[in-house]
Amino acid sequence: MALDRIEQKFAALKEEGRAALVTFTTAGDPDYDTALGILRGLPAAGADIIELGMPFSDPMADGPAIQAASIRALRGGMTVRRTLQMVRDFRTQDQTTPIILMGYYNPLYIYGVDDFLADALEAGVDGLIIVDLPPEEDNELALPAKEVGMGCIHLATPTTDEGRLNHILKNASGFLYYVSIAGITGTAEPDLGPVKAAIDMIRRQTALPVAVGFGIKSPENVRAFAEIADAVVVGSAIVNIIGDNIDQEGLANPELGSRVLDFVATLGLRVNKI
Amino acid sequence: MTKNTYRDGPDDEGRFGIFGGRFVSETLMPLILDLEKAWQQSRSDPAFGAEFDALLKDFVGRPSPLYFAERLTSHLGGAKIYFKREELNHTGAHKINNCIGQILLARRMGKTRIIAETGAGQHGVATATVCARFGMKCVVYMGEKDIERQKPNVFRMKLLGAEVRPVTCGSQSLKDAMNEAMRDWVAHVEDTFYIIGTAAGPHPYPELVRDFQSVIGTETRQQILEKEGRLPDSLVACVGGGSNAIGLFHPFLDDDTDIYGVEAAGHGLDTDKHAASLTGGRPGVLHGNRTYLLMDKDGQIEEAHSISAGLDYPGIGPEHSWLHDVKRVKYVAITDREALAAFQLCSEYEGIIPALESAHAIAYVIKLAPTLAKDHIMVMNLSGRGDKDIFTVASALGTEI
Repeated sequence: MALDRIEQKFAALKEEGRAALVTFTTAGDPDYDTALGILRGLPAAGADIIELGMPFSDPMADGPAIQAASIRALRGGMTVRRTLQMVRDFRTQDQTTPIILMGYYNPLYIYGVDDFLADALEAGVDGLIIVDLPPEEDNELALPAKEVGMGCIHLATPTTDEGRLNHILKNASGFLYYVSIAGITGTAEPDLGPVKAAIDMIRRQTALPVAVGFGIKSPENVRAFAEIADAVVVGSAIVNIIGDNIDQEGLANPELGSRVLDFVATLGLRVNKI
Repeated sequence: MTKNTYRDGPDDEGRFGIFGGRFVSETLMPLILDLEKAWQQSRSDPAFGAEFDALLKDFVGRPSPLYFAERLTSHLGGAKIYFKREELNHTGAHKINNCIGQILLARRMGKTRIIAETGAGQHGVATATVCARFGMKCVVYMGEKDIERQKPNVFRMKLLGAEVRPVTCGSQSLKDAMNEAMRDWVAHVEDTFYIIGTAAGPHPYPELVRDFQSVIGTETRQQILEKEGRLPDSLVACVGGGSNAIGLFHPFLDDDTDIYGVEAAGHGLDTDKHAASLTGGRPGVLHGNRTYLLMDKDGQIEEAHSISAGLDYPGIGPEHSWLHDVKRVKYVAITDREALAAFQLCSEYEGIIPALESAHAIAYVIKLAPTLAKDHIMVMNLSGRGDKDIFTVASALGTEI
């Protein structure tokens, strides 16, 4: 069961007494094989949970780094079907690392929600984060996902107050993703104080683990936020390394994969909860 | 159960049938709910209505005339054609009606900074205009490609004190400008109000834009009754996002009036270069609402094409999608070439240079009117004036200015 893998991972990390490192990369960026190679190397490099972006033509919540990643992946012919295939390929070697797909609703809606959920479960996907589905639209995906045991990760943000949080948590599962800034991915750096206050508020209302993401770029950031959250998400900083290691024709530098994984390793080592 | 009205949408969830909704990121949701609350209070507040009406009268110059297009009527030899002269409004198009309404809402909500997206530049100019009038900071997102083809409007916006930010991602036109405006919005929720230019986006935008633009249809009803003693037999308007069309159509939806919405067929519906989301697209989710969209089989949004920057958008307002599905409005499509011919014909026969957007509606009138009886009364929304388009038209006609 998909949700089990997420729950088992957080239970194991609790035993170890540390927070999870969650990495974000876009499926098919810059090409299928390179992206799959990175994916396969992530757990050993220190990723506890993998967020895999489903590329979309109009990524409204993303900053320049992830926009560019989406474009590279789409140019390389990435589709929802191939994204699921990538998860299937990953699962032949790793059955324990949770995979969360992150993206926008339209490609799933066009695939067909029920078909998508069935195919994603079969491929080994554990949870979904769909940025443009607030709780007001839970009927679209969150409720059908709940029925089949797929994790549906909801977002809380700096604009979320206590009343609204209650509403968000109603159909949330897996963990809660706290968006640390009001803004798009990979831009402003969050301040620890307000994020801590928000997480305290969240913990008063739910026992779900809390992940923090948006704007977390460096090992120092990761370490700081790992003190207050159950998981820390790094996305744009990883994706930028991919962007910096492709040539003008969009071909990957042979060192690209190892450079990405080396960077992830510098983050992973430091995710320790005291 | 049969519906006895087409005018009661949207429902509490912001839906017109399956269309509409609130497909936005969580960061924006509290703001969207605040906007809905402010809108519900405003629409029932007589003081808000009185201020809106006074500004439309003295700042915009309403009511706009309903004009009998005598020479075009006699040239086409069929239906009696009236133009609703929205191009005579201050700033030259219908866009200003909506901007006045939204900036009053922004002020009521205590916002001090306005953002907008623009394609042809008409909505950008209208937004910059109301920002100058109300002393608010204004940032307009515009695709680089559109900045190139709409230089006069870019300069107008700057004269009015707005900052025009070029959008270089994606297709560099209206949809990308809208993405970029939404990215700005999410990063400035505290002080910023997003004035969306068409009857689309997350609920309550499609509803409130329609209601602000419905002044077009409400005036038309009264004016045609004065001139003809009865309601029109047909209405025609161009549809990109569809705000001028829904503004004309909505007050007539429950009447015995044939209604035509005209989409942009670009190089033709059988090519991949058009902007006809109803005739050539299918339902999907983008920019906060479910509606008909142009996309590939994987759900990736495709670039639209039209000679008219204002119709160059791969989606359409959700109420139009619903009116299409329930078959209350008939949606047709007109090519770039037909629109250009109509642009010239209207200029030569009526002494009115229409916007290329409106020229699509005229082109359909040119097709339809000759097939109808002489006592058939047709009203077409002349939504904007064409001064902004003379460079595009000159280049399409192979003329240098």
